[in-house]
Amino acid sequence: MPDTRNRAVIRMDEVVKTYGDFYALKGVSLDVMAGERVVVCGPSGSGKSTLIRCINQLEKHDSGTIDVDGLRLDGTKASLESIRQNVGMVFQQFNLFPHLSVLDNLTLGPMRSRGLSREKAVALAHRYLERVRIPEQAMKMPRQLSGGQQQRVAIARALCMEPRIMLFDEPTSALDPETIGEVLDTMVELAETGMTMVCVTHEMGFARRVADRMVFMDHGEIVEVAAPEPFFTAPESNRAQDFLRRLLSH
Amino acid sequence: MSVCEEISHPQTSAARSRGLRGSALLFLACLFLLTGCSDEWGWYVVDPSTKSGAVNLKFLLQGYWYTLALSLTAIAISVVVGLLVALPGLSSSPWLRGISRVYVELVRAVPILVMILWVYYGLPQMAGISLSVFWAGVIALALSDSAFEAEIFRAGIQSIDKGQYEASHSIALSYTDTMRYVILPQAIRRILPALGNQFIYMLKMSSLVSVIGMQELTRKANELVVTEYRPLEIYTVLVLEYLVLILVVSALVRWLERRLA
Ligand SMILES: Nc1ncnc2c1ncn2[C@@H]1O[C@H](COP(=O)(O)OP(=O)(O)OP(=O)(O)O)[C@@H](O)[C@H]1O
Ligand SMILES: [Mg+2]
Repeated sequence: MPDTRNRAVIRMDEVVKTYGDFYALKGVSLDVMAGERVVVCGPSGSGKSTLIRCINQLEKHDSGTIDVDGLRLDGTKASLESIRQNVGMVFQQFNLFPHLSVLDNLTLGPMRSRGLSREKAVALAHRYLERVRIPEQAMKMPRQLSGGQQQRVAIARALCMEPRIMLFDEPTSALDPETIGEVLDTMVELAETGMTMVCVTHEMGFARRVADRMVFMDHGEIVEVAAPEPFFTAPESNRAQDFLRRLLSH
Repeated sequence: MSVCEEISHPQTSAARSRGLRGSALLFLACLFLLTGCSDEWGWYVVDPSTKSGAVNLKFLLQGYWYTLALSLTAIAISVVVGLLVALPGLSSSPWLRGISRVYVELVRAVPILVMILWVYYGLPQMAGISLSVFWAGVIALALSDSAFEAEIFRAGIQSIDKGQYEASHSIALSYTDTMRYVILPQAIRRILPALGNQFIYMLKMSSLVSVIGMQELTRKANELVVTEYRPLEIYTVLVLEYLVLILVVSALVRWLERRLA
């Protein structure tokens, strides 16, 4: 068994991402340890989504290096496949497959990309539906579920790949206020299992509760990295102070 | 009757099939009016109660077999070819996109009749093969149609939200699996009405294959006209034959749309 404590499972070094001549990431460096929960926040357009989308290579970075679980992400097919087997992602818009039942949404990945038998995939799906507390919805179509339920299905779909790392991109931003709680609860429970998590979210209560570290971004840069308590009570940078003040005044 | 329609659900579909039936009735009424207004009509040529009329009618109806066989085979091939042309058209490689574009533009520029003549008279000589009338017709129709199918598929696939691709990537699906299990099932549902249209168009275009001697509906009618000299009645039957065929097919397409919706 390799030593899993104090080992960086995500290492980003001087990562640059451009769109045309616009710099979405201006040389970002960040290490995430195994089992660590990192919450990323910052103003709109600051590059939070770009950062976590580079981690599972939904966006290809232009320069700098990213290593996930010791594997260099160099754009080769092998590295892409391995990264996507090991890193789960939850999107703001859920992105469930609308033509497939909840169960089929969950079994597709395990069956097609992990090569599990249908039986095993179904058993796995039921286990994770139970975990996100909607075991009774397996046969429904996504559109028959509430937003909060859909997002929990999306979390279960990612977990069915049994990833080592979970990425969340504003998972509660598209939800009605009354269903945000149930999704956050699911995420807290996931954090308690020791999953390595990188979450983009503005849910500060959640961040306080689970984050080991806060990462504050602005204009394509990481401006501040701190433990949640100092970050929320006394942020060092002016930009973080401004951001938090505006966040709290709403 | 209307009760079943109401139950089977959307009001629009009931209204639509009422509209369909209405227009068919209107068409028939016009025909009978025409028949009544003129003494030029000589329906005896296709009167099933007489022996020669029954023989003629049967001769005409036999055309259905080739019209259907031709159109079904051609549409099956052209849907597959259309998809195979559309997919590279959506790739990020400019080369693949270029090939797809050139195919669509070239094939789309050739009139169907010209395509039929070229495939029947030109292709065998060029490729040193022999082609039956049937297969020449199938190839010509399928080629012509494939360009349009490709455009339909391209639009349908492009209409799928990019989040669907990202979700597929995030669970490590390959390109083929992403297309097969996620994108195409959704795209096909959306383009079903357009595919149905295209099939109806194909049924009508198959009449052009009569010029190379294919024994489909139109050819049968032409041949009978030559021996019977009653173009008015025989071509009227021909019109009705296509009308019935297309009403049936369009009802089937609607049913399929509702099933998959
Ligand atoms: N595909 C793209 N093409 C061009 N510019 C893009 C693209 N994607 C993102 N950007 C730009 O990159 C910048 C960072 O985008 P990103 O989505 O990472 O921001 P974000 O911090 O997630 O913002 P939000 O809170 O609004 O989600 C933005 O200015 C955005 O306009
Ligand atoms: Mg974002």
